[in-house]
Amino acid sequence: MSGGLWRDALRQLKSDRLALVSLAILAVLGGAAVAGPWLLDFREDEIDWAHMAVPPFVADGHWLGTDRLGRDLLVRTLFGLRVSLAIALAATLISLVIGVGWGALAGYLRGRADALMMRFVDVLYSLPQVFFVIILTVVFGRGPLSLLVAIGAFGWLTMARIVRGQALALREREFVEAAVVGGAGTLRIVGRHIVPNLLGPVIVYATLTVPQVILVESFLSFLGIGIQEPLASLGNLVADGASEMETAPWILAVPAACLVLLVFCFNFLGDGLRDALDPRDR
Amino acid sequence: MSTFAFIARRLLGAIPTLAIIVALSFLLTRLAPGGPFDEEQALPPEIRANLEAAYGLDQPVAVQFGRYVAGLLRGDFGPSFKFRDFTVTELIASGLPVSLAIGIAALLLALALGVPAGIWAALARGRAADRLVMTLAVAGISVPVFVIAPLLALVFGIWLRWLPVAGWEPGRLRDMLLPVVTLALPVVAYLARLTRGSLLEVLRAPWIRAARARGLPQRIVLARHALPAALLPVVSFLGPATASVLAGSLVVETIFGLPGMGRHLVQGALNRDYTLVMGMVIVYATLMIALNLLADLVYAWLDPRIRRERRL
Repeated sequence: MSGGLWRDALRQLKSDRLALVSLAILAVLGGAAVAGPWLLDFREDEIDWAHMAVPPFVADGHWLGTDRLGRDLLVRTLFGLRVSLAIALAATLISLVIGVGWGALAGYLRGRADALMMRFVDVLYSLPQVFFVIILTVVFGRGPLSLLVAIGAFGWLTMARIVRGQALALREREFVEAAVVGGAGTLRIVGRHIVPNLLGPVIVYATLTVPQVILVESFLSFLGIGIQEPLASLGNLVADGASEMETAPWILAVPAACLVLLVFCFNFLGDGLRDALDPRDR
Repeated sequence: MSTFAFIARRLLGAIPTLAIIVALSFLLTRLAPGGPFDEEQALPPEIRANLEAAYGLDQPVAVQFGRYVAGLLRGDFGPSFKFRDFTVTELIASGLPVSLAIGIAALLLALALGVPAGIWAALARGRAADRLVMTLAVAGISVPVFVIAPLLALVFGIWLRWLPVAGWEPGRLRDMLLPVVTLALPVVAYLARLTRGSLLEVLRAPWIRAARARGLPQRIVLARHALPAALLPVVSFLGPATASVLAGSLVVETIFGLPGMGRHLVQGALNRDYTLVMGMVIVYATLMIALNLLADLVYAWLDPRIRRERRL
């Protein structure tokens, strides 16, 4: 993998307008999620007794209205976005580390170790994942940390499969042979020679993992099994809005629109990266 | 291998998966810190001991597991820890018909809409119809069920007042419509994309060109030569589609107030009702395995390459 591939990928990505727009929107959303709750006038759990359930653009300062407890909806949505994004990025990182390590090692070792390791992945794959994530959240209690563990426990499987396939092909290449001849140990070869050459597919799949994790987290939070009040995530904000939609539909619309936009952008960016980094599909 | 042996081998192959699911869900719930009787107000130790004895929780884990498996084989999922007057088997028996009804209806509706939409898009490749179907499909995939469900309820139930927002009367179609459509939409989107992609690929195959060269009309080329091959991936998608519908049914049953298994599962998860959650997960897992098996068998029956090999 030379510099040429990355330069080609960059050029390809620059010509993909949908992916670029998505990237820009994601940057804005990410920046707003990090900085927004500090910059705006209200705190996420601050109750404005004079303005309860006011629609957008009516009350002073509450640009997107307030919820039924008088909490500013824009601030709350940004806060929920921050929590959802943080969990999604952390869970993706977990699945990245486990999946890449597991897959690269299995693919490099081959033989019985590979068969055993991938059998384990197959078994976990055959489980109904959503339901086991629910069992795990029941077991570890509700909250961001147990949610992270539960989602991370299953998130790495596809990554491990992709990486293993690539590693099987890479280990036959001359530079790995050269490293073996040079006396490098297994861990060093996997870490320094195999993994860096896997980056393309790993980046693509990681980008596509983020929206999946966001959806699982907000699905559980929507059901009340994930993030709990007073903490907010996009999922329990949507649930909150759904219970009020008859009288105050904006409480549903704002977080729902934010969630859908987020997932759209990650999917488009992932597709764009795949076109740029995966030469087979070109 | 005879047809019977092929089916029998596939059935037997599902048993280890099921065993792992039962063992894993049992062990995980026993790992849990705190018992099912941890309430806000601590129970007196004598009452607690009596309760645990009544539910067999004072026994070693191995004995509990043996009892649980023995019960499962008799169709007994044990007592619910929180719905004190019900066994889990009773809750499953009351919820399963509702969940099955909306789940099967959603799968059938998704097939009836998604496959034709995909065929239409493939035949109109690059034109407006294609772009319309594909844009809608991306939207259907990106918008989660828990956003679609309240939106449909808001528009058709509250604003237009065409359909009930909640409620369930067995056999009343009006009650089923919104939940079924909600569950079907993401699957429609996936099926449309899948069918389009697969048909486009098949239409490029040499044997399709050969059929055209023989002067067969487009209708015959499509119906006899292209579609049977193009629809194979749709059959294998039955497994993932089932997973999507089952997960979606948790949301849909909660939002539309249907007395199905999904609502019991969510209630059980909120109450930390281990036997209930375990029982429901085992039933859901069995449904998923059964539909995956069905998809495998249909696939083997449809694909001439496998059919000849297996003489199915």
